[in-house]
Amino acid sequence: MNISIEERLGLVSFEVDKERHIKVNTDLCSECDEKTCLYFCPAKRFTLENGKIKHDHEGCLECRTCKLACPKGAVDFNYPRGGYGVYYKYG
Amino acid sequence: MSEKFDAIIVGAGPAGSAAAYSLAKMGFNVLIVERGKYPGAKNVMGGRMYAYALDRLIPEFWKEAPVERKVTHERLTLQGGKASLTLDFMDEELLEPPNSFTILRAEFDQWFAGKAVEAGAALVPGIRVDDLIRENSRITGIVAGTDKIEANVVIASDGAASLLAEKAGLRKSDVKQFALGMKEIIELPQKTIEERFNLAGTEGAAQLFVGRCTKGIPGGGFIYTNTSSLSVGIVVYIDRLIGKKIEAHEIIREFNTNPEVAKLIEGGKILEYSAHVIPEASGSELFTDGMLIAGDAAGLVVNSGVTLRGMDMAIASGVAAAKAVKNAFEKNDFSKKGLSYYEELLKRDFVLQDKETFKRAPEFLQNERLYTLYPEFVCRLFHRLTLVNGPKKKVFDELLEETKGKRTQMFLDMLRALRAV
Repeated sequence: MNISIEERLGLVSFEVDKERHIKVNTDLCSECDEKTCLYFCPAKRFTLENGKIKHDHEGCLECRTCKLACPKGAVDFNYPRGGYGVYYKYG
Repeated sequence: MSEKFDAIIVGAGPAGSAAAYSLAKMGFNVLIVERGKYPGAKNVMGGRMYAYALDRLIPEFWKEAPVERKVTHERLTLQGGKASLTLDFMDEELLEPPNSFTILRAEFDQWFAGKAVEAGAALVPGIRVDDLIRENSRITGIVAGTDKIEANVVIASDGAASLLAEKAGLRKSDVKQFALGMKEIIELPQKTIEERFNLAGTEGAAQLFVGRCTKGIPGGGFIYTNTSSLSVGIVVYIDRLIGKKIEAHEIIREFNTNPEVAKLIEGGKILEYSAHVIPEASGSELFTDGMLIAGDAAGLVVNSGVTLRGMDMAIASGVAAAKAVKNAFEKNDFSKKGLSYYEELLKRDFVLQDKETFKRAPEFLQNERLYTLYPEFVCRLFHRLTLVNGPKKKVFDELLEETKGKRTQMFLDMLRALRAV
């Protein structure tokens, strides 16, 4: 039961939308000291690569925490197009 | 679609389906649009719905609805250090009529939306609403891709952190108003669940965990028993989580390893992981020219510290929205003034009364001591009372010893508790 976030996301059903529903203005991220996105995303979609924030929209659970919590307002959040994105079988 | 509807409802969750069902029954021409591929596809909650609101709308709904168990066992586990204290409340009177049910939203929301369709509402899933149509500042419909669909009234029941309420300028979301819920569905044999939670037949248990599990962050853990699975999860205030620099998903991962939890889920298999925000301390204006907001979208969630309620508030607000639309049709006035009956109905009903009664609760429940000092204190006290390794003291003396230097703080917190919850 002690499984990683990657394994957890493997248990969730997605209809992946090629169109990104979340756009992150990473210019603002480079000015951000806290980088709280590394903590608040329950799907760990934000990662730090060579000092730069990278966001992967595939595997997003659409909770909108990033839009609410990003201290720089760098997250442009829309829901995935109709029918796309996460679909919970239990919920 | 060029047809004009009496009402368009955005979001086929409990608020939207309750509104659509009520309006369709009254003979209105209603459209529900849902961005998920089916109603419930995007919806998550801890796992329990209080029955009262839906029972008023569809009497004895549980005879046909996909419900899991009737909650008769309420448990509260305070975790401190290496110890924990569990209060175990069992009440057979909660069984008939049922007070609350554990449910799984994907299945339940499809059933409820199906009831609205049966009553005559049109349901179109797989539609994302991109914008609102406005005519002289009045909202007169929705925009979805290249489609524009008009209606006399739009009901925004698009869930926690509603984009439509924001677009209409009725709400400004602030991270402090929201908690983050993370949950997993763990499959276990029915018999194992009944044995571990001491349940008979359709009885169910709800267990809340306060203390160690959230690492000092205001929030808590939960387990709800479904028929042959458990809903296991964590809720934390987002801004407080950030302050602690702990990765959100690590909290639920560790929760599974808490000794009080590990024994209950042992041998189970995780079927699904999910996350959602909860508008715990959020509020919004409830209506504007041509639009009403219902359910989570309007921040209609009440955490009293004992009961956490969203679905029953959503259903009651959806029904009230439908009545307000009917009233607006009678007056042929869909302006803000014409829709103001909505607020009047919610004030008369439990929805805004409970919101008012517990308006101080969110602030109180964000007091970190509730999740650190107090669970630890209770566990320390019971440790002192039960340990035998020399001369023993009387209960009252142990209490004095354990509260030394903390009494003023505890007294003040108790006053706050009395005011808030």
